[in-house]
Amino acid sequence: MSTPTRAGGPDGPPAATIDDDGPQRSAYWAVIDCWTVVRRELTHVIRQPSNIAWQLGFPIVAVLLFGYVFGSAMSVPGGGDYREYLMPGLFGMTMAFGFMNTAYAVVMDTTKGVTDRFRSMPMSSSAVVTGRGVGDLISASVDLLVLALMALVVGWRSDGSVLATVAAFGLFLLLRFALIWIGILLGLMVPNEEAAGNLFAVAFPFGMISSAFVAPSLMPDWLGTIAAWNPVSSTVTAARELFGNPVAGSDTWIEQHALLMAVVWPLVITAVFVPLAVRRFQRLSR
Amino acid sequence: MPTPETSIAATGLRKIYGDKRALDGFDLTVPRGTVYGLLGPNGAGKTTAVRILATLIRLDGGHAEVAGVDVAREPRNVRRRIGLAGQYAAVDEILTGRQNLRMFARLFHLSSRRAQQRADELLEQFELTDAADNGVKEYSGGMRRRLDLAASMILTPDVLFMDEPTTGLDPRGRNEVWRAVRSLVTGGTTVLLTTQYLDEADQLADRIAVIDAGRVIADDTPAALKNSVGSDRIDVVVQDPADLPAARKAVTAVAIGEPSSDEAEGSVHAPVRDRVGALTEVARTLQEQGIVLDDIGLRRPTLDDVFLLLTGSRTDDDTATSAKEDATA
Repeated sequence: MSTPTRAGGPDGPPAATIDDDGPQRSAYWAVIDCWTVVRRELTHVIRQPSNIAWQLGFPIVAVLLFGYVFGSAMSVPGGGDYREYLMPGLFGMTMAFGFMNTAYAVVMDTTKGVTDRFRSMPMSSSAVVTGRGVGDLISASVDLLVLALMALVVGWRSDGSVLATVAAFGLFLLLRFALIWIGILLGLMVPNEEAAGNLFAVAFPFGMISSAFVAPSLMPDWLGTIAAWNPVSSTVTAARELFGNPVAGSDTWIEQHALLMAVVWPLVITAVFVPLAVRRFQRLSR
Repeated sequence: MPTPETSIAATGLRKIYGDKRALDGFDLTVPRGTVYGLLGPNGAGKTTAVRILATLIRLDGGHAEVAGVDVAREPRNVRRRIGLAGQYAAVDEILTGRQNLRMFARLFHLSSRRAQQRADELLEQFELTDAADNGVKEYSGGMRRRLDLAASMILTPDVLFMDEPTTGLDPRGRNEVWRAVRSLVTGGTTVLLTTQYLDEADQLADRIAVIDAGRVIADDTPAALKNSVGSDRIDVVVQDPADLPAARKAVTAVAIGEPSSDEAEGSVHAPVRDRVGALTEVARTLQEQGIVLDDIGLRRPTLDDVFLLLTGSRTDDDTATSAKEDATA
């Protein structure tokens, strides 16, 4: 750029040389673009390893607090070791809080103009969303992996078969997948990153008023009912069953059908929030 | 497809938000290879116009073609032919400069190898090679904008939109960006840039469209526009209001036309032709008469002056004041 005549650098390829038209090509590029966006998310994780520590700070403190400080005072209805009961709850709570990460990433991209840049480019528009989703699931998997290792250290074990154990982790990721859509919707609705931080006021009760820490049957009736019907509870209870961890038996329908509801809840959330998130995204063009 | 001679053709664009008409019969024709400045105060509709032309928002009425392609009917084909540098440096802060450009190049569907090459070329062109592997978080404002510009130039666009490319930059950062823009336009890209600063439009643009309340109210070369608003202004502020008539007389001697004065401020303003000559002349005359001055100075005509001339009213926000400060910096 020091030379005034030829801009100091060669031109980029003209648009006509890019072959990305036609249904087959566009399906191909939808996948490639998604992967490019996912790689961006992975690079974030690699470049900011401390984020994982922040991410997992709360669950780790919770293990100390609930597992060791309050742990001896906690009892599981129906018997069983409280720390065994607690761990799947922490996995579930971490997934529940995950929608905040999605919302935060979305609001950052929107306020910094990155979303607009993507929208002004000839890239596959679905990749903005699919890339976000896959990226979030990968980082949620990393969170789960770290948490599971930590749980093993404090003595948690899965007594279920390999298949059941994998299925339990699958249920956690299914919950996280459903919450991506809530995260995208909220991320598009809040005006700035400070407001996204305030979403913790929603995330906290959503994660905690559940069977994550205490059996709903030990709560006051009205609160116990809310906790039992919280989607987080179904996932956590189902995972406890699959892991062979203490479950805290209950005779309510919702708690007896945890496995079913751990699948149904995420599907319902997805069915409701995908259209809402997509509509909100399209409103950006208004 | 052949590149048409008219890069941007917009007629009667309308965009309505609630009961506010953001664009209200906006017409603009930009010939290929020109740098067009869209000049106006906050809220005049500059950004709305750019966002419509860059396919980010839908228009409510009118017709627009960019690089010969209808923005409403074939937005994707428009997107292949444009670059957009928005009001914020729209780059990923966590990634490095190089990672940003590679990612955007891939999303423009360059092959992986070509994307790497192109990123290196652009880093070189925008003088970012030394900082290429630093996180964008560590970049200065000017560097971010240059990276943003580089990301807009991955496929050499037919039309580059720049929405207030230097807002929020210090003079040094602004000069960096100006230099980068000048180097781009030598490559034949048509540029539409919005600005609140007459000075910036004058520095960069071949033609200026002045926009107010969602429509273009003047469309001319910077020279003609500046001629019509007149040349630089001299501002004199006397300490004792009683000296105002004497100051007025001294200014009249060097002014083009009648000076305007403000009794309350004790100030006299007038356009002058010979800048430094006029300044020394007025200062000397008043000193000989023993008149004490609070302030004396020259300033360039601002957007506010253009507006005063074109609409008979001042810009109704405070951007003109900041424009004045920035334009003289």
